[in-house]
Amino acid sequence: MRGTNAALGVAGLAGFLALAEAVPRLGLVDDDYLPPAGRIAVALGDEAADPAFWTALGDTLTGWALGLALASGAGIVLGVVLSVVPYLRQATASTVEFLRPIPSVALIPLAVLLYGSELRSVLLLVVYASFWQVLIQVLYGVQDVDPVAEETARSYGLGPWARIRYVLWPTALPYVMTGVRLAAAVALILAVTAELVIGAPGLGQRIGVAQTSQAVPEMYALIVVTGLLGLVINVGARAVERRALAWHQSVRGEVTV
Amino acid sequence: MRRVLLRLVLACALPAVLVTVWWVASAGSTDVYWPPLRTILTAFPDVWTADRLRGDVLPSVWRLAAGYALAAVAGVALGTLIGSHRRVRAVCEPVLEFLRAIPPPVLVPVIMLFAGIGDTMKVAVIASGCVWPVLLNTVEGVRAVDPVMAETARSYGISGAARLRSLVLPSAGPQIFAGLRQALSIGIILMVISEMFAASNGLGFTIVQFQRGFAIPDMWTGILLLGTLGVVLSLVFRLVERRVLGWYHGLRASARRSP
Repeated sequence: MRGTNAALGVAGLAGFLALAEAVPRLGLVDDDYLPPAGRIAVALGDEAADPAFWTALGDTLTGWALGLALASGAGIVLGVVLSVVPYLRQATASTVEFLRPIPSVALIPLAVLLYGSELRSVLLLVVYASFWQVLIQVLYGVQDVDPVAEETARSYGLGPWARIRYVLWPTALPYVMTGVRLAAAVALILAVTAELVIGAPGLGQRIGVAQTSQAVPEMYALIVVTGLLGLVINVGARAVERRALAWHQSVRGEVTV
Repeated sequence: MRRVLLRLVLACALPAVLVTVWWVASAGSTDVYWPPLRTILTAFPDVWTADRLRGDVLPSVWRLAAGYALAAVAGVALGTLIGSHRRVRAVCEPVLEFLRAIPPPVLVPVIMLFAGIGDTMKVAVIASGCVWPVLLNTVEGVRAVDPVMAETARSYGISGAARLRSLVLPSAGPQIFAGLRQALSIGIILMVISEMFAASNGLGFTIVQFQRGFAIPDMWTGILLLGTLGVVLSLVFRLVERRVLGWYHGLRASARRSP
């Protein structure tokens, strides 16, 4: 069953690549706009041989990882504090609901003015966008704590720290992992966007340069790289999630099927 | 009555405190980048006149609505198709996962090649970025239709459009809306980004114009307006969701009350 699915998936990929090769070759689309897949692959090879490409990839990953780490840390700590301290959650609810939908790209002009095209402007956007993903999930997760477990822990005389560690954290962890996974994807989007629009060093900036210099195959090759990066991040985040939640019902349930 | 009052106080207290702190802290500010809040607020009505609202905000919102609607229709239609056929799904899945993983803003240069820099480009950019969360969530939702209900529908001979309308779409509804919600925030991002690239009007264009011209208070009013737009759109979305998925939330609430 898994085997046939995988085979069908590979067939789908091959078909997609064949289509990407055939459409421009047959002249259905101008090959100045969409070069055949083969030419994109060659451009990808050229990129891989260029040290500047690897520096750009490193810059993008640095911005992504730092931003994600900052946002996750802040989101988790703040989320737990907001839900543990009485009344704080109600008092902050309206503010959170107001700040969360503010699109992070609204901060681009501010980031440019404050930090220019440095790593810090990338971080500002990445952290703002991914912070809310984590925070909201933590808030949901803490709400989900089983009242019986909480009362039991209280009657056994567990202090606040022990209750956070042994009752609250395990309950919230699946939500936290979901939040971090979502945040990882959002962080990549914002990191590349910031590089593309602001011109901070990284893959996005290279895409911008390729675009302005009419290097269409290179541009496509770089876009493919960002897609692969996104894919690796998604798959990686899911693997980390599964690992961290190996004990949890949602993961254990999956294995037996 | 007292509880309502308490909740009202709790909801309003922190925002009021924050705005006051911003107001007071920035009151004597001479830093060009952080103008006093008073300057920003007094600049607001001068900057966003009715003329500019019509010339810049309306086109932006129109493009967002067009692209978003296109993505929603295409995503739900394709997702239903892919989700209801196991083999089609197996063939498409890796390709879709890859296409979804591409950060949508990098599509701006690509779509500029095909569609130039006009409205078509912006609508296409928004649609092509928003379609993935809708599509993939629809696939998942359609896939997870309760087998008992599916069998029941089959034994009653419900098929075709009736099956779609009264079985598949309602049971995939919560998932579809989760996708639409993600798509909305991506759509706003893309609306702004596509206008920052190449445009002669629009919110993103105007804000960048202010920033380049060092009209800092004006730029701040733009940021505030964009933030407000995001908040208003998410409120509208929530209203629509509550309306369409009212039955689902009711079901969940009653399930929670009687475990």
